[in-house]
Amino acid sequence: MEVELSGWGRYPRVVCNVVRPEAQRDLRCDTRRTIARGQGRSYGDAAVNQDGEVVLTERLNRFLSFDENSGVLRAEAGVTIDEVLKTFVPMGWFPSVTPGTRFVSLAGCLATDVHGKNHHHDHSFSRYVYDFEMLVADGTRRQLSRTTHRKLFWATVGGMGLTGIIAELTMQLRRIETPYVIVQDCKARDLDHVLELMSDQTWNDQYTAAWIDCLASKGSLGRGVVSHGHHATCEELMKFNTEPPRVRERKGWRVPWNQPSWLMNSVTAHMFNTSYYHWKGHKNEPYVVAYDTFFYPLDRLLNWNKLYGKDGFVQYQCVLPSAESRDGLKELLEEIRGAHIPTMLAVLKRFGDSQGGLLSFPMAGYTLALDFPVGHPDVFSLLSALDLIVMRHGGRVYLAKDARLSPETFRVMYPQFPELLEVKSSVDPEGKFNSTMSRRLRMESCA
Amino acid sequence: MIRHQGMVKCGKFIAEDYSLHDAFLKRVIETMGELEGVLLAFGYMTTQCTINKKFDEANATIVGNFSGAVSILNHCANYFECRGGGFIVGISSVAGDRGRQSNYVYGASKGALSLYLQGLRNRLWPKGVRVITIKLGFVDTPMTFGKPGLFLVASPHHIGQGIVKAIQKTKDIVYLPWFWRYIMFVITLIPEKIFKRLKL
Repeated sequence: MEVELSGWGRYPRVVCNVVRPEAQRDLRCDTRRTIARGQGRSYGDAAVNQDGEVVLTERLNRFLSFDENSGVLRAEAGVTIDEVLKTFVPMGWFPSVTPGTRFVSLAGCLATDVHGKNHHHDHSFSRYVYDFEMLVADGTRRQLSRTTHRKLFWATVGGMGLTGIIAELTMQLRRIETPYVIVQDCKARDLDHVLELMSDQTWNDQYTAAWIDCLASKGSLGRGVVSHGHHATCEELMKFNTEPPRVRERKGWRVPWNQPSWLMNSVTAHMFNTSYYHWKGHKNEPYVVAYDTFFYPLDRLLNWNKLYGKDGFVQYQCVLPSAESRDGLKELLEEIRGAHIPTMLAVLKRFGDSQGGLLSFPMAGYTLALDFPVGHPDVFSLLSALDLIVMRHGGRVYLAKDARLSPETFRVMYPQFPELLEVKSSVDPEGKFNSTMSRRLRMESCA
Repeated sequence: MIRHQGMVKCGKFIAEDYSLHDAFLKRVIETMGELEGVLLAFGYMTTQCTINKKFDEANATIVGNFSGAVSILNHCANYFECRGGGFIVGISSVAGDRGRQSNYVYGASKGALSLYLQGLRNRLWPKGVRVITIKLGFVDTPMTFGKPGLFLVASPHHIGQGIVKAIQKTKDIVYLPWFWRYIMFVITLIPEKIFKRLKL
């Protein structure tokens, strides 16, 4: 069946031939152009395949086994974080690493090696995956782990689906006592203050992230609100005088149609940023929220990507190494501020060391993520300018969010790409697994 | 089962093997214990064009949707009648409400099933056994995936939730999603003189 698909940013949109296996026995890779797709929450063109095949894994969503004592879960590739939460939070278990949306598949998490607000403490998703089974190009299945087919394991972690189709995986969940999170917000007057708060050991909480106002005036460049949080224990909850909020399944609201592109402009963005800065940072004491409020605030608006209109948007997420972060972030923010392109959801997180995935994104330092409307005439030249800043400071751009990186820039940012290509060639000599992204980045060869 | 914390056992069932259905039900009762209810969810659909050329396909449609259902449900009905309680849910289709040129053999088999369930409901009501007919519109399944001309397609999850509600609320005939009741009401009102000219 031919359908038009896109990533979450709705740019680009391409026509693909989709197949949807209902069970493991239906999973095949018969064509020369194939890529797997979970929930389609990568932002760009990683899970689309122009004039090629896309294997929808959403029906491969069975839980296979769960050890209630150890929290080890075996599940099919298409199980989502949302399904994990609904099933296991009531039992006292939580994903060890979760991205900012619950509507992603576990295989998608592994293929992009997602990170959360706790990377500086707990690293990325792959850290908690013991092993997985993958369909490779010759139609056979491989069991991969850190000790079995080690090179292919690390080529697949963060490998954007280019080595095969992940079918099942085994992962470790984290024990929690309550479904609540204790949060402390701190207003930061500028970027230096943000970085100071994020690296302050006093606040070295399990989860840390900062919202940044990218449109603030020069004197307040990078002002924002830093949020720290950790899973609440029963004992901690007792100390709060107020009744904890109800934890319930929320259906979420829907944006009814594509909003007009003029809705997101410099004026409305500036108004939103200023209001949010003052509202978010007004609480000085720790407070209790249900887990979904802390981890998945945007999921309440189910199709918020429509706010950017029919042209869609691109998310630019980059990471800068620790030593370069302060200067690099300042340059980035100055460049963005000077471009006068509306951006409202800018998030800064701290990263710990990288894990081993050949195309994994995280490195020790800071990561900044921002959304830009595609319809703005200057957006792509701005992003190219940001690429130069990132490269100069030894950083890289997140492929799971990318829709426009050039092949040359990609090769500078991911020096382990030749190693990935070597491993891929050994299991996929004809290059069956490819996507619109991999062809854009010319990943069929090192040149 | 992990997701819903219930017991799940699997077994093989062949709709056209009528002689084995009695033993099948006995095996189910032996494995699961006393049954609270049964849900009949099997069916068969191919294109009308294929059926027009091959009677075997027409027969498979009738067996898969009607005869096989009657066979197993007869045994279930007798079991619940003796038990003096329980429920039988049969998944039928809106296609059974009116014969249309695009799938009339499938529609006929589902229409026959709906009538059978209606009669069964009438028979078993005094015995305290509830019989529920679920009439489905378009549902996103392997049967419908990729087929042109579908609209307002419901997810299996949504349908499952609707069936559970129907059991809890002791309904008789339920259209899922709900709006198909009104769509089919209009469809069935169209005079035959006009309907026979349409390409539905």
